[in-house]
Amino acid sequence: MTTTETHGAREARGDTAGFALLAARLGDDALVLGQRLCQWITRAPTIEEDLALSNIALDLIGHARALLALSGTLDGTGRTEDDLAYGRGDREFRNTLLTALPNGDFAVTVARQLAYSHYAVLYYEALAGSAEPGLAACAARAATEVDYHRRHADGWTVRLGLGTAESGRRMQAALDRVWPYTAELFDEDDLVARLAGTGAAASPGPLRPVWRERVHAVVERAGLAVPAPRWEARGGRQGLHGEEFAPLIAELQSVHRQFPGGTW
Amino acid sequence: MVDTAEAIVQAAGGAADGEAAPDEEAAALAAHFEALLRAGETVEPRDWMPDGYRRMLVRQIAQHAHSEIIGMQPEGGWLTRAPSLHRKSVLLAKVQDEAGHGLYLYAAAETLGVDRADLLDALHRGQQRYAATFNHPALTWADTGAIAWLTDGAAVINQAPLTRTSYGPYARAMRRVCQEEAFHVRQGYDLMKALCEGTPAQREMAQDAVDRWWLPAVALMFGPPDTLAGGADARTAALGARVSAQAIAWGIKRHTNDELRQRFVDHCVPQARGLGLTLPDPGIRWNEERGHYDFGPIDWESYRGALADDSHTARRRVAHRVAAHEDGAWVREAAAAYAAREDAPEAAL
Repeated sequence: MTTTETHGAREARGDTAGFALLAARLGDDALVLGQRLCQWITRAPTIEEDLALSNIALDLIGHARALLALSGTLDGTGRTEDDLAYGRGDREFRNTLLTALPNGDFAVTVARQLAYSHYAVLYYEALAGSAEPGLAACAARAATEVDYHRRHADGWTVRLGLGTAESGRRMQAALDRVWPYTAELFDEDDLVARLAGTGAAASPGPLRPVWRERVHAVVERAGLAVPAPRWEARGGRQGLHGEEFAPLIAELQSVHRQFPGGTW
Repeated sequence: MVDTAEAIVQAAGGAADGEAAPDEEAAALAAHFEALLRAGETVEPRDWMPDGYRRMLVRQIAQHAHSEIIGMQPEGGWLTRAPSLHRKSVLLAKVQDEAGHGLYLYAAAETLGVDRADLLDALHRGQQRYAATFNHPALTWADTGAIAWLTDGAAVINQAPLTRTSYGPYARAMRRVCQEEAFHVRQGYDLMKALCEGTPAQREMAQDAVDRWWLPAVALMFGPPDTLAGGADARTAALGARVSAQAIAWGIKRHTNDELRQRFVDHCVPQARGLGLTLPDPGIRWNEERGHYDFGPIDWESYRGALADDSHTARRRVAHRVAAHEDGAWVREAAAAYAAREDAPEAAL
């Protein structure tokens, strides 16, 4: 710390409770999406895709571990990554509805990955400049990894879009299904506004036009129409999830909860 | 084209592969093949090889590849329920390795002139086999540890000699596979150790898993005795002995099933002791004279159920594979259509 540091910079770094909540949101997104991808393994269309999806899931679980551990440190509770992943009730999770969307067919999974990975690249890159050094370091590392996931999703969107009549139809239906869930990624609520206001951490809101531009370019390259949904789904960031969420978390936590006091 | 052990042994009788080559040339090719084996050099895809050798390799490599792919299921089913994020990551990495092993092995088989899609079809139709060990259900989280420690442990012992097998692409694939498998065994042991050092309920879960996975590992991962002295029924033993003898002569196989089984038992007994777990075989005791652990005879007769395709879990394994394959057909078709269009010259569009 230098004497020339402004009051604003100190304030920005000092909002540890805010950083803890933000890290938990991002960690929950990664954990829940990783959990969904785990459901694919041994069911993918090719062995190469079993490999690719498990690789992506592994990266996402890695991001979740780093972010949840950081959250537990910053909020002063000392909770570990596992305390947060396995010890919270489903209402306490703060992931977006998008990440918990059921896998559907392979096209739905690709559409979900497309939306999330483009968002994650942009947001992690922006958060790499955060005033919280732990968050900045997590974000910088995750940004390079999700960029591989983005390439995987881009490639499949185009391949399915242009492949056969059936794959084109399914990919279009998948985009239409997923698109209402993309708005929540960019929501600016009080937490995000506060952190952005002091320059502590970037807001995802201003990233939406770039995201739109990049994702639309891929959709157009795939010969598909950019969906124009008439509604937007939200609630996950407030712990108001869909009915499919509780079973997802129950499955995640089942063994851990079956053995109270267990060490793994 | 699906080979039975009988057909391969019969094919082994004739040296040349039946193609119309002049006798002298055929003899020279056969001599070159024999010379490679004698010199301990590898046979490569471009080299002439006896038809029986090729068929034995296709059968063995395909069975091995199928075992990797089917073997993803018992553990893959626990990915969503792993009790810590660390264990979830480790299990993801392991299942990913298994998919990778399947890919190297299918690629090795393809150097012998077969197609991966045909091999998968043969698996789906029940015409090619996989390790029957995986026809046992993985009932608890501890099963993922027991599978990694015992089943992968057996696989390493089985497969380590294959890194020196006579067919080059197979040997090279196996070097990578074995390195990763050895890591899985350590991870499995570590998982079991954590359970054994945990609560009484965790220990109980660990012991229950070992009680169920010991016999599948010790029996099915090595197969029935393949020597006439092995004590199986006469017909099976005789056929096994002929196939095994031919595989050893061709440098495909290096040890009999019973030699490898003994090595496995010798490895596991002290490890189980280290964990404080009991291997479910009262016949296990150190034999000073032999310098090995004795162990109880395997009741192969009662094992017919697991060896056959008709069991609840066996049917599930294949049905799961078939469902994934059928559900993914439209994706593979799309990828193929897209690739064909991308590869096509501009004029053809």
